[in-house]
Order: sequence, then structure tokens, then C-alpha cells
Amino acid sequence: MSPTAIRVRGLRKSYGELEAVKGIDLDVAEGRVFALLGPNGAGKTTIVEILEGYRNRSAGEVSVLGSDPRDAEALFRRRVGIVLQSTGVEPYLTVSELIEQFRGYYPDPRPLDETIELVGLTAKRNDRVKRLSGGQQRRLDVALGLAGNPDLLFLDEPTTGFDPGARRDAWQMIRNLRELGVTVFLTTHYMDEAQSLADEVAILVDGRIAAQGPPAILTSGKQTRIRFRLPEGTPPPGGSTVAGDAFEIHADEPTRELHELTSWAVERGVELDQLTVSHASLEDVYLELTQPENGGGR
Amino acid sequence: MSGLALALRQVRYENLAFWRNPAAAFFTFAFPLMFLVIFNLAFGNEPIRIEGGRTVRFSTFIIPAIITLSIVNTQYTNIAMRIVFGRDGGLLKRVRGTPLPAWSFVLGTIAHATLLGLLLVVITIAAGALFYGVDVPTTTLPALVVTLIVAAAGYSALGLAITTVIPNADAAPAIVNFSILPLYFLSNVFIRIEDPPAWLDFIRELFPIIHTVRAVEAAFSPLTSGSGLRLGDLAFIALWGVAGAVIAARFFSWEPRL
Repeated sequence: MSPTAIRVRGLRKSYGELEAVKGIDLDVAEGRVFALLGPNGAGKTTIVEILEGYRNRSAGEVSVLGSDPRDAEALFRRRVGIVLQSTGVEPYLTVSELIEQFRGYYPDPRPLDETIELVGLTAKRNDRVKRLSGGQQRRLDVALGLAGNPDLLFLDEPTTGFDPGARRDAWQMIRNLRELGVTVFLTTHYMDEAQSLADEVAILVDGRIAAQGPPAILTSGKQTRIRFRLPEGTPPPGGSTVAGDAFEIHADEPTRELHELTSWAVERGVELDQLTVSHASLEDVYLELTQPENGGGR
Repeated sequence: MSGLALALRQVRYENLAFWRNPAAAFFTFAFPLMFLVIFNLAFGNEPIRIEGGRTVRFSTFIIPAIITLSIVNTQYTNIAMRIVFGRDGGLLKRVRGTPLPAWSFVLGTIAHATLLGLLLVVITIAAGALFYGVDVPTTTLPALVVTLIVAAAGYSALGLAITTVIPNADAAPAIVNFSILPLYFLSNVFIRIEDPPAWLDFIRELFPIIHTVRAVEAAFSPLTSGSGLRLGDLAFIALWGVAGAVIAARFFSWEPRL
């Protein structure tokens, strides 16, 4: 077990009568990518901002890189990079000027060219911020978070508003950071993002952690989903449920149940249109935990 | 790097950003010059009779008001706007997440505004001397410099203080203008009210603007004998500045207000 970058015990935060964070524990190992997931209003931003030192907590213990972020001393600030959800920069400066300005705040900054390269803005380095697209500005946000060569990087919804290509690029960038040994604390709405990037995820529901662990472990033990369509008027086989304009079988023993299904179809001469077999994804786990009809997200 | 060196670096980047927006830069400088031209067009530049039977050209007579306007504009108005827009846009919050000390950031902002303000005053006096025969202070020059520095510091602090009551960037121009325009009218900046009623005199003496006009005036007036340093007025401006600094230190917000 590698050393702990972030350790949280019994964290609570109240705003007046409203308790937004209701006692959570978290451990993030050094050099890992950790994703905090949850619906809007679940308390993600509150938790991240407590870890970043922007907000005070109501109760609990928090240790980030061995410091209490509540004190937010210069030593802590030097080792932590923060990419907030929405932030402004001086629109009339160029990409490299801004990164250079932020590099100047740190004793041991990451080289300018390397920082620009990491976020893929090399072609835009002499463009003013005003002229960048939304996705490019977001990459600049990340570059400013990386300028100080941090050991720990907070990324609050880094790919919101990205087109699919830009998201893939951003994912590659985060993987590169991981290669460099940077610990990444990520919040996101996108389940595929967490599944693809995170070593460990925590799903936050209504101020509590409903599930925590590596994505593969969270999804293991879940049923495999067999999905197919039938010609109109064909009565479905037993054990299947209607899902939109198709049918689904939630299988505990997928090999046997798939065999039964295809045998059933072959016997009747029915074609199983758009037949898919998929393992439960993080999204299934997430929806199960957060959708009100399943008892989550009260 | 020390906090002071970091503040100097801030000044450099503030300056870079300022000149990258030529329209804003142009109007910042055009503003006091416009008043110089308008006042002279409206009232002529005839010598006017002042106390003791002396005369002074109208341009010399009004330049203290324009200088006051310049300083209040670059320090108070400009700082308040920049801080509120930076706060709403998330720039302040971002900076707060770096090791840059808060005071280095604030000092950098104030220092840049002060440099602009002083440059503006120099240009205004130079233009006044060149085109309208303004008498440039000589023996009273040190007093003028001291006055400008005290005023710059005081109005900067007040600019920071007013941000604590501005809820958002949309409200900033209205609140800043509301807080300062009436005082310009009452305090001999836009119009000169000689022999005001006692209540009006009482009110305007409570605020720093008229004291600033007076302190600057001392440097330009032919009636001034001696250094021209008006310590009483300067102390009054400084007192307001200290009050502003205390309010700013207590209530300043680095994040948008909800």
C-alpha cells in the first residue's frame, strides 16, 4: 500500500440547518487517480473545496499531503494544483504568458514548454486567452493547475462541455499525469470517464458515500445484461423484461442463460435483432444508487 | 521569491494586460484630458481674480479638480471594478489557490493602479501647461507628490472597501458611481460651490474628496507660501484610507458573493 495523499475521517459540513456532507471517510493513495461521483447537489464541490482549503468543515479530520488544508499554509499551496469548475483569467494575456505568470508563484515550477505540451496547447501558445475555444480554455485551466509541478492535482469536472474528441485527449492527458506520479482527485458527472480513468471511485449520494472502490470491484457481482429485439408480435421468452423497444435478461449465469435464449430463438426460427451481452458498467451501479425509484438520492 | 518580489511581478502582468486592451487604456487616459478640454471650452481660459487681488488662469484654477478626478478614478473606481470583476469571474479564487500571498496580490493591484494614476496626473499637467498655460508647481512640487501618494493609498483602500458591499459585477458600476458622483458635485470637482449653506458644507467636509481638491490646490495656488503641504487635509484622507483598509481586511471576499 503506497502512502496516503488524502485521508478524511468523519467529515461533516453544515450550511445553517442543512447538512450537506454527513460524515464521510476517504483514503486516496499517492500516485492514484481518484474519482468522486455523484448527482448535482450531492455535496461533491463542498467536499473538494474543503480538501482544497477554500471552505471550513463543521466536523471531522482532514489530512491532505500531511497538512490540514484549513490552515492552507504556503507549503500546502506549493504542492497542490487546483482546477476549479469555473474560473477566470486575464483575457488579454497569451497562453504562455499566463502559464509563466503562474509558474512564478511556485518555488519549483514545471518547465513552461513541458506544461504547454502536457495539455496540448503548443499550437496555441502565443494566442490570447480571448481567442481560445471553450475546450482550449479548459485545458489552459489545467495547465495553470499544473504550472507549479504539484504532487496532487484537483480536477473539478475537467471535461464538462467537451466534444468527444477533446474528452479523449483530456483523458490521455490525465493518464500522462498519472504516469508522472501525480495524484489526481477528480470529480465528474461522466461515468465512462471515471470507469476509464480512475483507480478508485467513490459515489456520493445525499452527502454520504454510497459505494467506494476500484470500478472493477464495484461492478463485479452485478448481473450481466442480455439485450435483444424481437419481430413484432412475437411473445418474449420467460425471464425477460421490457426495456424500451427491446427486451432484457439480467443474468446471474450469463453463459447458461444466453444459451437458453439462443436455443429458444433457434427452435422458433426467430432472429434476435441487435443482440448484445454486456457486463454491468459503473453507470449501472451509479444509477442503481442514485435514482430515487431504487431508493437512492432521497 | 519574496512577497514583495511577487507583488512587483504582479504589477508587470497587470501592466501587460492593461495595455493589451487598447480601448480601455485609451479612455482611461482620455478621461481627464477630456475634462481639461471641456472645462476650458465651457468657461474660457481667462485670468480670474482670486483672493488678495491676484489673478490666475482658469486652467490653473481647475487643474486640481481634474487631478483629483484622475486619482479617484484610477484608484477608487478602477480598483473596485477590477476586484469585483475578478471576484465574479473566478480570477481571485484561482489566485487564492496558489502560494501567492494575498497581500502580494493586493499590493500588486494597488501599485499598478497608482503608477497609472501618477502617469495620468503627469500627462494632465503636461497637457495643461502645453496647451492652456497651467502654472506647473515648483517649490510646492514635493508637497504635490506627497499629496498624490497619500491620496493614491487612501482611495485604493477605499476601492477595496467598497467591494465588500458590491454583491456582483453587474451592480458594480452603479454602486461605485452612486458612491462617488454626488461627492464630485458637492466637493468642487465638477462645479464650484462657493459659500455653501452650512449643512452642505458640513456634509462635504466629512468626505475625503474636498480635502483632496484642497490639498492639490495648495500646490497650484499662487497664494500658497511655504511648502504647500496641507497636513490636516492629508491626515483626513489618510484616516478615511485606514478606515477603508480595516473594512477591506475584515470583510474582503475572494469568491463571488451568493
